[in-house]
Amino acid sequence: MSIILDHVSYVYDADTNMPVKALDDVNLVINDGEFIGLIGHTGSGKSTLVQHLNGLMKATSGTIYYNGEDIYDNDYNKKELRSKVGLVFQYPEHQLFEVDVFTDVCFGPKNLGWDDKKVQLKAYEALKMVGIEDEYFYQSPFDLSGGQKRRVAIAGVLAMSPEVLVLDEPTAGLDPKGRDELLNKISELRRTTGMTVVLVSHSMEDVANYVDRIVVMNKGRIMYDDVPSEVFKNYKELEEVGLAAPQVTYIMHALNDAGLKVDCDVTTINEAANEIVKALKGRK
Amino acid sequence: MLRDITLGQYYQSDSVIHRLDPRVKLLGTVAFVVSLFLSDYFLGYLVAILFLAICVELSTVPFKFIVKGMKTIVFLLIITVVCNLLFTTGTTVVSFWKVTITVEGIRMAFMMALRLSLLILGSSIMTLTTTPNNLTDGMESVMSPLKKIRVPVHEISMMMSIALRFIPILLEETDKIMKAQIARGADFETGGLIKRAKALIPLLVPLFISAFRRANDLALAMEARCYRGGEHRTKMKPLKYRKRDGIAYGILVIYIAAVIIVGKFGIPVGGFVW
Repeated sequence: MSIILDHVSYVYDADTNMPVKALDDVNLVINDGEFIGLIGHTGSGKSTLVQHLNGLMKATSGTIYYNGEDIYDNDYNKKELRSKVGLVFQYPEHQLFEVDVFTDVCFGPKNLGWDDKKVQLKAYEALKMVGIEDEYFYQSPFDLSGGQKRRVAIAGVLAMSPEVLVLDEPTAGLDPKGRDELLNKISELRRTTGMTVVLVSHSMEDVANYVDRIVVMNKGRIMYDDVPSEVFKNYKELEEVGLAAPQVTYIMHALNDAGLKVDCDVTTINEAANEIVKALKGRK
Repeated sequence: MLRDITLGQYYQSDSVIHRLDPRVKLLGTVAFVVSLFLSDYFLGYLVAILFLAICVELSTVPFKFIVKGMKTIVFLLIITVVCNLLFTTGTTVVSFWKVTITVEGIRMAFMMALRLSLLILGSSIMTLTTTPNNLTDGMESVMSPLKKIRVPVHEISMMMSIALRFIPILLEETDKIMKAQIARGADFETGGLIKRAKALIPLLVPLFISAFRRANDLALAMEARCYRGGEHRTKMKPLKYRKRDGIAYGILVIYIAAVIIVGKFGIPVGGFVW
């Protein structure tokens, strides 16, 4: 059970005098149950890449396999693929349209042709998963706060019971509190359901605490694909392409340079704190 | 999907046509459209085709790109051809069942199709080579005599430039919302008329909301910059005629004269004068 991208390229505006290579020979394997952070500067091709994962965009060249089947085969069921690979777009709250929250979340599963009972059950579960309380169920989605709207929109995708959840910049435009809440929810969701999650972001800080693998994109190509601590070792190269390692990495390197022997591979604040305490104790 | 609509879209390049003053291109387009109605015979159209071909070549816009904009009028074109073909009376060529096709019908259908295609191609050359801002600037300047009879020229051109500016934004937005709903299993492509119309609700509601939000933001931004209409407003880049614009006007006059003169001659082919 996995998604395999085999030499995938995509060119925008191919027939004008300014063709843009959004994806350039991308090879990527997304294994079942992984939590992947897809990082890249604006325009690095990350949004284009995720739209290929559920067949919304067709690669100019290359092949994509979902669970071993070529999704560009003529008889491949694209609709089923879209229910299996749930894609949450940037600013997903802009897609809300129904009269109340619950009906809106029902839209996705209803489209899959399930019976009403299953649709409502799944919608209920999904809303619970993202932490929307019952009292909001029959309110207009447009009356909710920004963070709530976004969670409702994510529930709209979750209600289709996807095996893979892809979130394109889910924290864009949220305040720090809303951001942490949402990322914690996603992380919890992944722990309880075991679904594969791909988190697209341009902030290392956002993903460092949650994911177990980071894919860095630059100019349509994959630059790094490794566990967070390995990727952050290249913090100087990351800066050159307009990204940055988490602040923890910088502090640890600075401490090291100042003579305190600490392990620079830690990625989260907690790990860093423990490491510093250990190093300080060791010195005494 | 929606990126294919080129009618009214700007194609970035740096050609002679691109650099012309927008007023030249506006009046040129009007002249071209008028010229299509000046001649009754095919030779006149030949001159128009030639003129257009030269303009296309000079504009460096790929022909393929221009033709893509024609897709939107294919339906109109077919109706025109069929109507002219079936309902023109004259000398019969073929007749079956209740349908008679006449020589005049064939000629009329051909001419109308040609006229319509040239009309669209000609005006899309203008929009493809002129930025919306430039275009409305040109329009404001061309229409400015109307201010004397209290036509709100500046307001009209401002509305036009905002409308034009919003076309690509709203298209992009539509594309995005469409994709988001497709990702939620929405189906815009199959089913009967009613089912398809219903399928548009998840697209139209968010689109309207976003359009209103954008309009609101824009109004606020304009107000914050103290915008209050055209009175005493100066331009950062006022339009100025250059030498090449004079030459272009000269070429236009020659072109119109050529169409009028050449258009007087018909070629007799197939028992009729073309």
